[in-house]
Amino acid sequence: MSDLSTPLSGNAAGLRAWLLSETPDSRRQAAWGRSYRGWLNFRRNPLGMAGLIIVLALLVLSLAAPLLTWQSPDVQHLAQRLAPPSAAHWLGTDELGRDLYTRLLFGGRITLGMVVAVVVLVAPLGLVVGAVSGYLGGMTDRIMMRVTDIFLSIPQLILALAFVAALKPGISSAVIAIALTSWPPIARLARADALTVRANDYIAAVKLAGASPARIIFRHILPLCLPSVIVRITLDMSGIILTAAGLGFLGMGAQPPMPEWGTMIASTRGYILEQWWVPTIPGLAILIASLAFNLLGDGLRDVLDPKQS
Amino acid sequence: MKRVRTLAGALASVPITLFGLVLITFVIGRVVPIDPVVAIVGDHAPPEVIARVRAELGLDRPLPVQFLIYVKNLLHGDLGRSVMTSHRVTTDIAQYFPATIELATAAIILALLVGIPAGVLAASRQGSRLDHIVRVLSIGGQSVPVFVLGMIFLLIFYVKLGIAPGTGQQNVLYEGMVPHITGMHVIDAALTGQWDAFWDGLAHLALPALVLAYFSLGYITRMTRAYMIDALKGEYIITARAKGLSGARILWRHAFGNISVGLITVIALAYANLLSGAVLTETVFSWPGLGLYLTVSLLNADMNAVLGATLVVGLVYIGLNLIADLAYRLFDPRVR
Repeated sequence: MSDLSTPLSGNAAGLRAWLLSETPDSRRQAAWGRSYRGWLNFRRNPLGMAGLIIVLALLVLSLAAPLLTWQSPDVQHLAQRLAPPSAAHWLGTDELGRDLYTRLLFGGRITLGMVVAVVVLVAPLGLVVGAVSGYLGGMTDRIMMRVTDIFLSIPQLILALAFVAALKPGISSAVIAIALTSWPPIARLARADALTVRANDYIAAVKLAGASPARIIFRHILPLCLPSVIVRITLDMSGIILTAAGLGFLGMGAQPPMPEWGTMIASTRGYILEQWWVPTIPGLAILIASLAFNLLGDGLRDVLDPKQS
Repeated sequence: MKRVRTLAGALASVPITLFGLVLITFVIGRVVPIDPVVAIVGDHAPPEVIARVRAELGLDRPLPVQFLIYVKNLLHGDLGRSVMTSHRVTTDIAQYFPATIELATAAIILALLVGIPAGVLAASRQGSRLDHIVRVLSIGGQSVPVFVLGMIFLLIFYVKLGIAPGTGQQNVLYEGMVPHITGMHVIDAALTGQWDAFWDGLAHLALPALVLAYFSLGYITRMTRAYMIDALKGEYIITARAKGLSGARILWRHAFGNISVGLITVIALAYANLLSGAVLTETVFSWPGLGLYLTVSLLNADMNAVLGATLVVGLVYIGLNLIADLAYRLFDPRVR
């Protein structure tokens, strides 16, 4: 990507000029140009870039987990339990002699997988509820916003705990519980944007042109709610990681022997006095992952949603 | 008159939210895989006993009737009995909740003492190195898992340095010596003049409160900074400068004075969010609060206790949100 900004070859310079053109010839060019300017803006934010790089690194590490280690996350070597870091076990071993480095890599898959699952469930729901509610207004709006109020009336972790208790501890329950408690803030945000967007003249114009409410909402309102929702979701991902790890820590999320980071801490916290690194290493992994998403979200906010920063 | 109407507007939504909260806990309580009757009488009870208890609890009636019974019991302050402690859930909550309030209050005081000055200074020197440091620290506060921070604090300050007492609310020496007056250990010790127990309690409170404080510090700092940046753009600030007032006076009297209403909202919300953090912190520090009660009940599948605790936390949460809303509507002249 970096060669786009330095006109090394005529081609890259041409692309850059095309992207930064003040008089775009097509809609596509204008859209790409806007994203490129956003990227140039984002790149100037060192913290945001650090967040992006860590997030990408985490993704690569978890996806390539089987390639990056020659051990299995589940194989126990009881003779070598709680070993300190060494050449054979880069981060040492846990209470059952499993390789911590390997478990950390595979744990990344679980954590990021949960994050992706929650976002896939929550983002479309929140966006649609918010946009519909904001555009239609009236009774629909009032009812939908009361429903979000109700879900917002209990702290996320507590409601998630109660849900998980009712379902059955495990990853899918944790995902459902976190999703149920994560969509209302997104809906609220999308609604606020939809309220300002719907007052614009061009919405009146498409309405006069005979567009149906569905078309107006999905083609003309939703896309404009996206930037602030993207920022919010990126920041939420950090919260999702923390809640998922917290559930695991309390024994209500992923269950042992799954190498989920919070669960790993719960099962080894008794060793903190003697082998402090065993529970601390997964703790640092949680911190790094959640910090990365926060930094990324913070940087994105400066670019996409400047009025909020 | 207008003020009354805005107040009424804020209050009108409360009953609906409360109803929703009660409905959620009711639904969760009905979908649990554990049979509440078997939980009470045990697996080996004869069928006629099970049937009798089921009828006594109203569990043989249709769901809407069960819901009405549930609401009626709630209105009488009856949350059922805890299977684990065999006390009334309300009694248990009265026993455990004050410890959580004690912890959360200590945490919010610490967070405000650091967060507000940090936010104000960062805003007054926007873009400076100090501003960046404050920004990184507050993002860190929002990223750190409280239970990991708690463990690391215990490791460093208790195990390695030996300057902090271990987990729990008090040293075993003082066990049972401080009566339950307010339920807040430190305050009860002070009220009864047991200063040894008071200092011991304060020392036990320090670490968990610090952990929780860092949790809300990020949010408070960030909001203070944002409000201050906004306030410093006001024309009255330029006027004050033109009059030749000192920088500190402008910052604290003129700008800060104008954001204090917004901060009440922030503080109420931060305090409400501490309740979530408290669950994890209490587990790490074995702090005998509502969070620990909730998690222990969860692990024992004690649904009455879980739902009772959830309901109480929800009530407090709604109350704090209402306070935030009312403060904003009542004291901010721009809304009024």
